[in-house]
Amino acid sequence: MRGGGLKTYAVIYLIFLYAPIVLLPLFAFNDGTIIAFPLQGFTTHWFAELVRTEALIEATVNSLFIAVVTAILATCFGLFAARAGTRHRFPAKAGIMGFIMLPLVLPEIIVAVSLLVAMLQVGLSPSVWTVIAGHVLICTPFAIAILNGSFANMDNSLEEAAIDLGETQLSTFRLITLPLVMPGIIASLLICFTISLDEFIIAFFLSGNEPTLPVYLWGQLRFPGRLPVIMALGTILVALSILLLITAEYFRRRGLRRAGLKDTGGFL
Amino acid sequence: MRDTSPPPPIITLEGVEKYYGDYHALRGISAEIGQGEFFSLLGPSGCGKTTLLRAIAGFEDISQGRILLDGRDMEGVPPNKRPTNMVFQSYAIFPHLSVAENVGFGLRKSSLSAEEKKTAVGEALEMVGLGGYGTRAAHALSGGQRQRVALARALILKPKVLLLDEPLSALDKKMREQMQTELRRLQRQVGITFILVTHDQEEALIMSDRIAVMFEGEIAQLAPPQELYRRPATRRVGEFIGMMNFLPAEVQGAQGDLVEVDVAGLGRAKLAQDQCPMGAAGKASIGLRPESLTLLFDGQGAERVAAGTVDEVTYYGDMTYYDIQLDGAPGVVSVSMRNMPGRRVLERGDRADLAWDPRAMVLFC
Repeated sequence: MRGGGLKTYAVIYLIFLYAPIVLLPLFAFNDGTIIAFPLQGFTTHWFAELVRTEALIEATVNSLFIAVVTAILATCFGLFAARAGTRHRFPAKAGIMGFIMLPLVLPEIIVAVSLLVAMLQVGLSPSVWTVIAGHVLICTPFAIAILNGSFANMDNSLEEAAIDLGETQLSTFRLITLPLVMPGIIASLLICFTISLDEFIIAFFLSGNEPTLPVYLWGQLRFPGRLPVIMALGTILVALSILLLITAEYFRRRGLRRAGLKDTGGFL
Repeated sequence: MRDTSPPPPIITLEGVEKYYGDYHALRGISAEIGQGEFFSLLGPSGCGKTTLLRAIAGFEDISQGRILLDGRDMEGVPPNKRPTNMVFQSYAIFPHLSVAENVGFGLRKSSLSAEEKKTAVGEALEMVGLGGYGTRAAHALSGGQRQRVALARALILKPKVLLLDEPLSALDKKMREQMQTELRRLQRQVGITFILVTHDQEEALIMSDRIAVMFEGEIAQLAPPQELYRRPATRRVGEFIGMMNFLPAEVQGAQGDLVEVDVAGLGRAKLAQDQCPMGAAGKASIGLRPESLTLLFDGQGAERVAAGTVDEVTYYGDMTYYDIQLDGAPGVVSVSMRNMPGRRVLERGDRADLAWDPRAMVLFC
C-alpha cells in the first residue's frame, strides 16, 4: 500500500498527542485515590468534592475574571493594531509590527520574571490585575494574528464606498468594518480567553495571594490524595477548551460564508 | 458638422498637482468637464488617471491647484460631503447586506420616509435592470450584477458627477461590450456627468463624448473620440489610440495654408494646418491609419498610388491585415482591407499597389 509508513506515523502521532488527555476523564471517574491501572469502578465523587472546595471556587472565579478581562483588552488592542497594520502606511511599520508580535516567541518565564521585577520597581503588589497585564501582553499577538486575517480578507474599497455614500469614519467602522471583522473578533475573544485561562507561569509569578486555577492546581499536586480531584478539574477544563475552540471555528466559518469568501484555513 | 463645443462646466480642474513623496503623480492638470458629459480619462497604468479620479472624489488630497465642483472649491471637503459618487473597480458591494440594503445605503441619512426609500431603491434597481433582486444576498451575485448594484447604489443619491474607476475591467469580453452600451444609455437617461477611468482605448472611443488621454501625469490630448482618432496631437497618442503607421517625411515648405511634405515610399503631399498639430519643420514623420490605405486589385486605379511587396498576411475573417514593404521606405506599413465577395486575399511576396490619401495623414515633428 502506498503511503503506509506515513499513515502509521500519523496514527502514532495522534495517539501520542491525545492518549494522555484521554487518561484525565478515565481517572476522574475512577473510584480510587491511586492513579494507576486497573480502574476501580465508576464514581462522580471527585467532582462533588471539587465543588465543595472553597479555595478552588475562588481560584476559578479569579481565573474566569482574568480570562474575560484579558480577552476583551487583548482583542481591542489587536483590533487597533490589525487595522493600522493592514490599512495604513507609516514609518518603521515592519519594525513596529514585529515588536508587537514578539511576545509570541518570547519565553514566558522571561516575560514573567521581567514583569515581576518591573512591577516591584514601580511599587505594584501582585494581584489579579498584574496577571491581567501579563496575559494581555502574551494574548495580544494572537489577537493581531487572527484579526490581521479578517482585515486582509476585507476589500479596502468597502470603507471608501461607505464614506463616499455619506457616512463618517466612525459610522463606517460601525456599519461596515465591525460586522465584517466580527467573526475574527469573536474568534480572538475565545482564543485569548482560552490562553489566559490555562496560562501558568505568568500567573504563578504575578498572582500573589490571589491564585488562578492553574496556580492552585499546581499547589495541590503536593498532596497525592488530591490527585483525582485535579483529574476531575482537568477533565472539565479540557471539555471547556474544546467547546470554546469549536465555537470560535463555527463563528469564523459562518463569517466567511456570510461574506462569500473562500476558506483559507483556520484553527480546526 | 457636429457641434463639439463643450456644455457649461460642472467640474473645473485648475493646475492640479499631486506628489507622493518625490513621485510626481499629477503634473498641472487643467480641464473643464461639462454638465451631462460622458468624459473619459484614458491612459496606460500609472499615468495618474485613477489618482485624478480619486482626487475629484476627495480620497486624495492634491498638492497644488484647485478642483471646482459646480463652482465650489473642493479644498478640504471630505468625500462624504462632495456631490460625487463613485463606482469602484472592485464594485465594493457590502457583502453582509442584501441587494436592497446595498442600494439604499446612501439614503440612511436622508429625510425620506421608509416607504419613500423603498420606492427609490425599487426604481434604482429597475433602472439598472435588476428589478426584483432586492432581497438577494449581495455576495451571491455575478460580476455583471454586482456592477449594476454598484451603479444603482451610486446613482440613487442623484450625484452631480458619477465617477467610474475601471468599472468594466473585471468583466468578460461579452459582458463588457453589453455594459458599454448600457452605461451609455444609462448616462443619457439620467443626464448626470459620468467620468470614466479606463486603459481600454476602444472602450473610451465607444462610450465618451470627450476623452482626456493621459501620460505620466499629464493630459496629452483632450478631444472628442473622432478628433482623437483622426487627428492625434502627438505620435504617442496616435500609437496609443488604435493602430497607426509612421513613415519618415521631410517638410518641403509652406504654400499659404498648406504644408508640403515628401513622404518616404509614398511621395509628395500637401497637408492642411490642422494636420500638423505640432507645427511643420524639417525632419518629421507622418502618421497614417491602416484603413486609410487601400490595396488596389487588378485594373483598379487611383489618384495617388505607391508600390510595394506583401510582407505578412493576417486573416481575421471579416478583415485581412497586410504588412506591406513600400518601395523606398524603411519598415513596413499595416493595411487593413475588408474581405468582400470576389476580392481575393494576397499572399506573402505578392507585389501590391496602394492607394493613399493625404487627407488621412497627420504630421508629427
